[in-house]
Amino acid sequence: MLENNESQFLKALQHDLHKPKFEALLSEIAVIKNEAIYAANNLEEWMEPEYVEKTLSTALDECYVLKEPLGVVLVIGHWSFPLQLCLIPFIGAVSAGNCVVVRPSETASNTAELLQNLLPKYLDNECYHVIYGGHKDAQNDLSDLLQHKFDHVFYTGDATTGKLVMQAATKFLTPVTLVLAGKNPCYIDRNCDIYMAARRIAWARFVNAGQNLLAPDYVLCHADVHDKLLKELYTCVTEFYGEAPEKSPDFGRLVSIEHYQKLKELLGCGKLFIGGKSDEGIKYIAPTILLDVKENDPIMEKDIFGPVLPIIKVCALEEAINIIRKREKPLAVYVYSSNFKVISEVMSRTSSGCFCSNDSGMQNMFLTLPFGGVGGSGMGCCHGKYGFDTFSHRRACILRNIGIECVTYLRYPPYVDKNLSLILWASSLSRRSSGWCQIS
Amino acid sequence: MSSTKEVAARLREAFNSGKTRTAEFRLKQLKAMLNLMKENEGALLEALKKDLRKPNFESIISEVLFTKNEIVCAINNLTEWMKPEYVEKTLVTKLDTCFIKKEPFGVALIIGPWNYPIQLVLTPFIGAVAAGNCAILKPSEVSPNSSQLLSELLPKYLDKDCFAVVCGGVKETTELLEEKFDYIFFTGGTHVGKIIMTAAAKHLTPVSLELGGKNPCYVDKSCDINNTAHRIAWARFLNMGQTCIAPDYVLCTKAVREELVPALINCLEEFYGKNPQESEDLGRIINEKHFNRLKALLSSGKVAVGGQTDEKDKYIAPTVLVDVKETDPVMQEEIFGPILPIVDVENIDEAIAFMNRHEKPLALYVYSADNKVVKDVLERTSSGGFCSNDCIMQMTLFSLPFGGVGDSGMGMYHGRFSFDTFSHKRACMLRSAGMEKISALRYPPYGSHNLSIIEWTTEIKEKGSVCCIM
Repeated sequence: MLENNESQFLKALQHDLHKPKFEALLSEIAVIKNEAIYAANNLEEWMEPEYVEKTLSTALDECYVLKEPLGVVLVIGHWSFPLQLCLIPFIGAVSAGNCVVVRPSETASNTAELLQNLLPKYLDNECYHVIYGGHKDAQNDLSDLLQHKFDHVFYTGDATTGKLVMQAATKFLTPVTLVLAGKNPCYIDRNCDIYMAARRIAWARFVNAGQNLLAPDYVLCHADVHDKLLKELYTCVTEFYGEAPEKSPDFGRLVSIEHYQKLKELLGCGKLFIGGKSDEGIKYIAPTILLDVKENDPIMEKDIFGPVLPIIKVCALEEAINIIRKREKPLAVYVYSSNFKVISEVMSRTSSGCFCSNDSGMQNMFLTLPFGGVGGSGMGCCHGKYGFDTFSHRRACILRNIGIECVTYLRYPPYVDKNLSLILWASSLSRRSSGWCQIS
Repeated sequence: MSSTKEVAARLREAFNSGKTRTAEFRLKQLKAMLNLMKENEGALLEALKKDLRKPNFESIISEVLFTKNEIVCAINNLTEWMKPEYVEKTLVTKLDTCFIKKEPFGVALIIGPWNYPIQLVLTPFIGAVAAGNCAILKPSEVSPNSSQLLSELLPKYLDKDCFAVVCGGVKETTELLEEKFDYIFFTGGTHVGKIIMTAAAKHLTPVSLELGGKNPCYVDKSCDINNTAHRIAWARFLNMGQTCIAPDYVLCTKAVREELVPALINCLEEFYGKNPQESEDLGRIINEKHFNRLKALLSSGKVAVGGQTDEKDKYIAPTVLVDVKETDPVMQEEIFGPILPIVDVENIDEAIAFMNRHEKPLALYVYSADNKVVKDVLERTSSGGFCSNDCIMQMTLFSLPFGGVGDSGMGMYHGRFSFDTFSHKRACMLRSAGMEKISALRYPPYGSHNLSIIEWTTEIKEKGSVCCIM
C-alpha cells in the first residue's frame, strides 16, 4: 500500500503539514515499511509458545506461555506524524492476530482521508477498518467511539485526552496504551562538543516544524557554554533553512490555525534570539529561539509542540536536575556531554519514557528499543516486538498428565503432618537448586 | 495516627531521596520480609484461623510457603533482574550503547483481598520492593485479624519511611485513591476493579487488576474419573471454595456426569469424612454477607451431595449441584464458595460455545487423556491461565505469568513478572559525539543524494539484516 501510493501519501502530508518530501519519506514511509518487514521477518518466532523453566513437581508437565490476540482493538493516531503514529501500532496489532479499528487524526485530514480510501483496497475488510468522520467535533467523536467495547485501546496524543481515554476504557476494563506529549528537557553540559550539539538539537527541534513528540522541548544550558551554544545555533539554523526559512522547502508548517495561535502567544516569553516571524495565512512560525526564559513563564507550562526553543541558563548540573525533577516525567530526557559521569548522573536521577545522550529524537527509530512513556507521558509501549507483545495476551499453560497420581495425593485432605513435611522438603530442595519453587 | 496524605507524602519523600535505588537496600528489605515470615509463622496461622478458619496445612502451603518462595526467588535473582538489557544494534549504532534500563515507578499502592489475605497482598508487594519502589499496603478489612497483624509486623521489619500499611474499609480506600500513586495493584472483584481504574485514570496511573471470573472446567470421557474427581474436589473446596482460580463449574456429557458424581461423592468422604462440618480440614465462609449470598445459590438445580448449612458456624457443606441450567442464579456470578455446579452438554463443541458465551475467566480447565481434546479447547478459548488435568497449578509455577484478560483483569505477576510489573523499561541510547559527517546526512538543506544514502542504509530487507537511519 505504501509503495504503490507513495506519491499520494507524500502529497497528503504536504497538504496537512507542509512536510518536506525528505522528512516524509524517512520519518513516515520508510519507518513504517521497516516496521512491517521486521514484523514479517520475525512473526513466526514471536508467535511461538515460550517454554518455561520447570520445577520438581512440574517436571513431567508441559509448561509454556501461549501468545493470544486480545480481540478487537482500537488505534487512535495523532496528526504530527499522521501515518507513522497510527500504522506502527496497527502493525503490532495485526501481527498479534487482532482485528483493528484505526482512527487517524482528523486534524491531518488529507492523510486521514487517503488512508481511509486505500487501506480497504489492500487489507481484509472484515478484519480491519479505518474510521474517519471528517472535520467534525473530535472529542465527541472519540467519546462516541469509546462507548463501544474494545479489547485494547492505543492512544497517542495529549495528556488531557489520554485521561479521558483511560476513563472511558474503565467501563469495559479495557487495557490501554497511552503515548503522551510532555516537556522533554535537554541539558547541555559545559564539557560538550557544542558544534555537534547545536546541530543535533536544532535538527530535532525544527523537524516537522517542531511538531514532534520526541523533540527537545526546552534547553537547560550550562552558563559556561551558553554563548558558544547560541553562536552555533545561529549558524546552523541559517545553514539548514537559509536567511528566509519561509522560503525554504525543507521547513514544515503548523497543522492548524488553532495550533498556530497557541504558539504565537508563547513568542512573548523571554527574549527573542532567532526567528519570531510568523504568518497566519500560511500557518508559519519561523524557527525560533528564546533566551532568558524563566521557569514559570507560560512557555514552560506545557509542551510546546512547535518550532520554538526556549533556553534556560543554569549554573550547575544540580540545578538542571532539580528543574527536570520538578516536572512530570516526560517522554524523553536528553543530555549533551562528553563526560560519562554527567550522563550517568542525569540518567539515574531522572525518569522518562526514554533517554538519549548526545543526540535527540533518534532513540525511537530502533525497533529493538521500546517506545513509550511513564507517569505523565503515558503507559505501555510499542515498536518491534513490543508492539506484538502490547497487543497479545500471554496465557500461562500447564498440560498435566491425568494418569500419574503419585505426588499429587500429598496435598489432599485429610491433612497429615507427614505429607506436609514432604511437601516442605521438596519445596526447599527446588528452592536451593533453581532459585524458586511452588506448591506441589 | 498519620493521615493517608501524610503517609503518602512521607513515602514520596523517601522515594525521591533515592534510598530504594540500590540492590543493597532492596535485598535488606527482602531479607527482612523473609525473617518476618519465619519468625511469626505461629501468629500468621492464628490470624488466618480467626479470619477464615483456615487449616494450618493450607495456611502453611498456600500462604506462608508461597510467600517465602516468592521472597527467596526475588533475593536469588534480584541482581540479574536489575541489570540493564542490552539490545541488538545496527550498522550505524555500532559505536553507541543501547540498552533498556529498569526503573522503579515511584510510590505504589497495593490493595489486597480477604481470601488469601497474607499471600495476595505480600506477593505483589515483594515485586514492588524488588523493583525499587516505595509502597503502601492496604490489606482487606474483611479479614481483620490478618490485616491487623500485617500492620503491626511490617513496621517492625521494614524501613518505615518507604513502606506503610494502611488499614480500613471503603472510606480509607477512597481517601487513598485521591492521592497520586505511580502504580496501583488491585486484587479483588470486578466492580471495585472498575472504581480503582477510574481513580487511577485521574492521575494517569498504570494499574494491574487481578479480578475474578467463572472458571469453567470441561471433563472429557477419556479421563481417569477417579483422579479427576480428586483434583477437582481439592481445587474447589480448598479454602472453603474461596479461591479465585478454583474451578467454578463443570461442563460434561450426561454419561461422564454419571461417573463423575459418584466419584466426587466418594472423594468428599475421603477428604472430609462422613460429616464434613466436623472435619478440621475445612475452612469457613468469611462472613455473614457471603454466607447468605452462597446459601441463596443452593436452590439452583438439584443437590447431589452436600447442601447443609449452619449460619452461626458460617458453614456450608461441600456441595455438588446437578441439572444446573445456564440461566440459574448459580451461573450468573462467580461462586467463590464450596459449591460445584455441573452443567450437561452434548459434546465438546457445545462446551466450547458455552465457555465463549461468557466473559474471559481467570482460569480454564480441561480434563482429558486425549491431547487433541486439550489442544482443541486451548485453541478455541481464551483465559488468564490454563491447565489441563489439574487445577490451580498454573499459579504455582513462578516462571509462568499469572494474570487475567478481559473481565478477569489486566497485567500479570509472580516471580520475575512481579519485578517487571513494578518497573518502567526506559529505552536508553548513549551516542558518541563523533561520526558527525554521517549525522549531517539527515540535516537540511535536504538533497536527494543524502536521501538515497539514508534510504539505502535504512531499509530493512525481508528476512535480512536490520539497519537503521543514523
